[in-house]
Amino acid sequence: MNLTLKIWRQQDASTPGAMHTYQLADVSPDMSFLEMLDVLNEQLNAEGEEPIAFDSDCREGICGMCGLMINGDAHGPEVTTTCQLHMRSFSDGETITIEPWRSDAFPVIKDLVVDRSAFDRIIQQGGFISVNTGSAPEAHSVPVPKDDADRAFNVATCIGCGACVAACPNGSASLFMGAKITHLGLLPQGQPERDERVVNMVAQHDHEGFGGCTNIGECTAACPKEIPLDVISQLNKDLRTAIKHGH
Amino acid sequence: MDMPDTVTSTEASASGSLDGDYDDAAGYYTPGSPLVDAKAPEGPIAERWQNRKFEARLVNPANRRKLDIIIVGTGLAGASAAATLGEAGYNVKTFCYQDSPRRAHSIAAQGGINAAKNYKEDGDSVHRLFYDTVKGGDYRSRESNVYRLAEVSTNIIDQCVAQGVPFAREYGGLLDNRSFGGVQVSRTFYARGQTGQQLLIGAYQALERQVAAGTVSMFSRHEMLELIVVDGKARGIIARDMITGEIQTHVADVVVLASGGYGNVFYLSTNAMGSNVTAAWRAHRKGAYMANPCYTQIHPTCIPVTGTHQSKLTLMSESLRNDGRIWVPKNQADCDKDPRDIPEEDRDYYLERIYPSFGNLVPRDIASRAAKYQCDDGRGVGPEVDGVRRGVYLDFADAIARLGRDSVEAKYGNLFDMYARITGEDPYSVPMRIYPAVHYVMGGLWVDYDLQSTIPGLFVTGEANFSDHGANRLGASALMQGLADGYFVLPHTIRDYLADGPFEPIAEDHPAVVEAQESVKGRIEHFLTVNGERSVDSYHRELGNIMWEYCGMERTETGLKKAIDLIRSLKDDFYRNVKVLGGAETLNQSLEKAGRVADFFELGELMCIDALNRRESCGGHFRGESQTEDGEALRHDEEYAYVSAWEWAGDDAAPVLHKEDLVYTAIEMKQRSYK
Ligand SMILES: Cc1cc2nc3c(=O)[nH]c(=O)nc-3n(C[C@H](O)[C@H](O)[C@H](O)COP(=O)(O)OP(=O)(O)OC[C@H]3O[C@@H](n4cnc5c(N)ncnc54)[C@H](O)[C@@H]3O)c2cc1C
Ligand code: SF4
Ligand code: FES
Repeated sequence: MNLTLKIWRQQDASTPGAMHTYQLADVSPDMSFLEMLDVLNEQLNAEGEEPIAFDSDCREGICGMCGLMINGDAHGPEVTTTCQLHMRSFSDGETITIEPWRSDAFPVIKDLVVDRSAFDRIIQQGGFISVNTGSAPEAHSVPVPKDDADRAFNVATCIGCGACVAACPNGSASLFMGAKITHLGLLPQGQPERDERVVNMVAQHDHEGFGGCTNIGECTAACPKEIPLDVISQLNKDLRTAIKHGH
Repeated sequence: MDMPDTVTSTEASASGSLDGDYDDAAGYYTPGSPLVDAKAPEGPIAERWQNRKFEARLVNPANRRKLDIIIVGTGLAGASAAATLGEAGYNVKTFCYQDSPRRAHSIAAQGGINAAKNYKEDGDSVHRLFYDTVKGGDYRSRESNVYRLAEVSTNIIDQCVAQGVPFAREYGGLLDNRSFGGVQVSRTFYARGQTGQQLLIGAYQALERQVAAGTVSMFSRHEMLELIVVDGKARGIIARDMITGEIQTHVADVVVLASGGYGNVFYLSTNAMGSNVTAAWRAHRKGAYMANPCYTQIHPTCIPVTGTHQSKLTLMSESLRNDGRIWVPKNQADCDKDPRDIPEEDRDYYLERIYPSFGNLVPRDIASRAAKYQCDDGRGVGPEVDGVRRGVYLDFADAIARLGRDSVEAKYGNLFDMYARITGEDPYSVPMRIYPAVHYVMGGLWVDYDLQSTIPGLFVTGEANFSDHGANRLGASALMQGLADGYFVLPHTIRDYLADGPFEPIAEDHPAVVEAQESVKGRIEHFLTVNGERSVDSYHRELGNIMWEYCGMERTETGLKKAIDLIRSLKDDFYRNVKVLGGAETLNQSLEKAGRVADFFELGELMCIDALNRRESCGGHFRGESQTEDGEALRHDEEYAYVSAWEWAGDDAAPVLHKEDLVYTAIEMKQRSYK
């Protein structure tokens, strides 16, 4: 199929960017979206134009490195990551708009590449259980009810891609944060630091310039891992409890 | 359930031997002195690690923060080491090329992690895991290292559970296990099909905790491009800030490489796009020996290539072979037909035919090779790419008829969904198509028992070293090794080295630093000024094709020699005709790739020479010249029970081969058989 691609190009963080239009012919429906961009980049390179920078690594939907706004949707029209989206989801002759994540907390580095290091800094503020190597008790000493373990797993599947932030009109990272709070809060090992964790992570979230949650739900609709909205209720509940405990 | 790498029904004893002295690689290398692991522990195997830990000198806690450690890599092997050494109070700097340490390719591991917990009381033990791993490696690994791996495996599970890794559990709340790799015991811990992700997030969180504590500094989007060696010791690295292009010098008392595997030398593999050999190769060129580079694991159940645009391959769990039946059409004329229209009598269930007792469950390498033979024979299915159809059917029609669609869905639903998303076909109604793909490399930098390379002060962990898997790796053992190295082995062995530190400070203008800086800048400058005709990717793809064709599932003397010639001339062309646009002082992904591909050329050549030297079939390495009458792998223990450790001798000199003899005292060598 033949496509018209409107793509955001920006030399670096301090230079303003703009949309550029490219034509791409003979796109196979079996290509992944990023392979389509690879082919475009080969074409640009041959023509002497610098290839478009975009992030990806595993290309199997698990590392969270990829992420584009495609026709205004984070990760495009399907519930999956950009790397797992295939061209069969588009049709011949279509015009596709491709932009980076848009959020104050995710500044553009170049073209389609953004800086998501704010996520790491949120985790640094408490997204862990403090246990030094070698000091762990025997694994079977603390049983965990299967339902809790399963649910902890489900929310722990967040890949940190940032689509929730990009999709949110407020640019909130509440879904990302709620997933971690819920994961660790469901496990007995996560209890001792539970109050501190939520208070510190939320403080860092706000400090990074992410917006507040107003329960719109765009985040969960865009999330490739289908992290449910109720992790945000859990986040709020944990925060209230922590405050009640004097934090 | 993954397949046995070496489960045997009938175990033939001792292997055949060679007639006369073969040296296919004569002229391609220089024989060197034998290599001995000076740290090899003695005494009863079960006491060796305890003894080494006791003998390794301690570092006074007050001194630790004066000692600088560089760790390149934040996968299971790197993140676990960084967290642990940070907790111990050392001053750690960690590097990764992704935008966050959490994205290292360990994240993609699906199946599980082994540990000798014996929670099922099914006869597992440290000794049995040790035995299975040595046998799985086809008797080409070092027994002391493997024993230690099995020994610390149980601590890994304790540590991960305490960190909050949500492993699968039973209704009673205890951890669930499954049997994996065809072994007879259930020792694999898992988190649905995302075990690597959950383990890595655990290690990543421990790492970030140390970042907050100030013991670890994290350098994301930084690529190591050179090792700094001063007075024979590894003292730092040169890294490029991938956003600004700045070439930075980082010095330390010790350097750890945990940079992962180099399967991307094949261009297409199940590795991540950025997986590379550069960190390891730059160290190799500075004196670290490269061990068994030709040992590659090729996984039989991957989604086939759809066209020349293909950028990577996706693995599907081998458990599919438990219920799916593998076949190709008997007649070439049927290869492009709808498989549902091909009658039973015109199908060749070739694994069931050739291996009646194991059928579709033969080990990975056998299943892979058999698929290749069918396709080479013109009976492959799926789209034609470069004139050949490379795919075989994996058919669930019988399983659906026998078990019902619901139970097939319950077992394999997520895999079927993934397949459908990638191929656009519905595997419930049309047979899946699969083909083998490069998945893991057992080869890597040579290390001693302490995980130290031949350069003092350079330690290597995880997939980047060669240490524990011999010629083949058992399913669920790479995750175990990465975490064993990082949490429980390296932190003990590295202190023995650091006990002599802090070492003399190194000035920015030290000749060794300047030389390393200049070498990096020179390479970058070269790539940006060639201004040739071809893209980096086009060279990488062509190199990959050569490697896959001649150094892939089956290797022969003529093929390997041809490959070496092809690689050399392609490499020459690359340096003269590559086209890299953009600048040095900006994010430049073509430039990043150019550096990696340049190193893959040199590695690819060495892999072929290594494969040429080893005229035996062992584990994942199959030499056409070394097979039994009915086409099975034939090992030659008399001649080849050694580790090949290659020394770099210069750009225009043949590499030097040092052999480390493998001696087994706790285990007896056996030949495998599946017929
Ligand atoms: C699809 C797939 C499924 C698998 N499934 C299983 C399984 O079920 N069980 C199992 O045991 N094993 C499995 N394996 C194998 C296992 O996942 C890997 O061998 C293991 O995770 C490697 O870990 P590592 O820490 O050594 O390297 P990696 O996780 O690859 O990490 C490498 C690190 O090094 C960094 N790096 C690399 N080069 C540079 C450089 N030049 N400069 C700076 N940083 C650099 C990277 O950024 C990254 O942080 C699987 C592998 C794949 C590909
Ligand atoms: S919650 Fe979903 S969208 Fe947000 S970072 Fe995690 S996986 Fe991505
Ligand atoms: S590239 Fe890893 S999730 Fe898309």
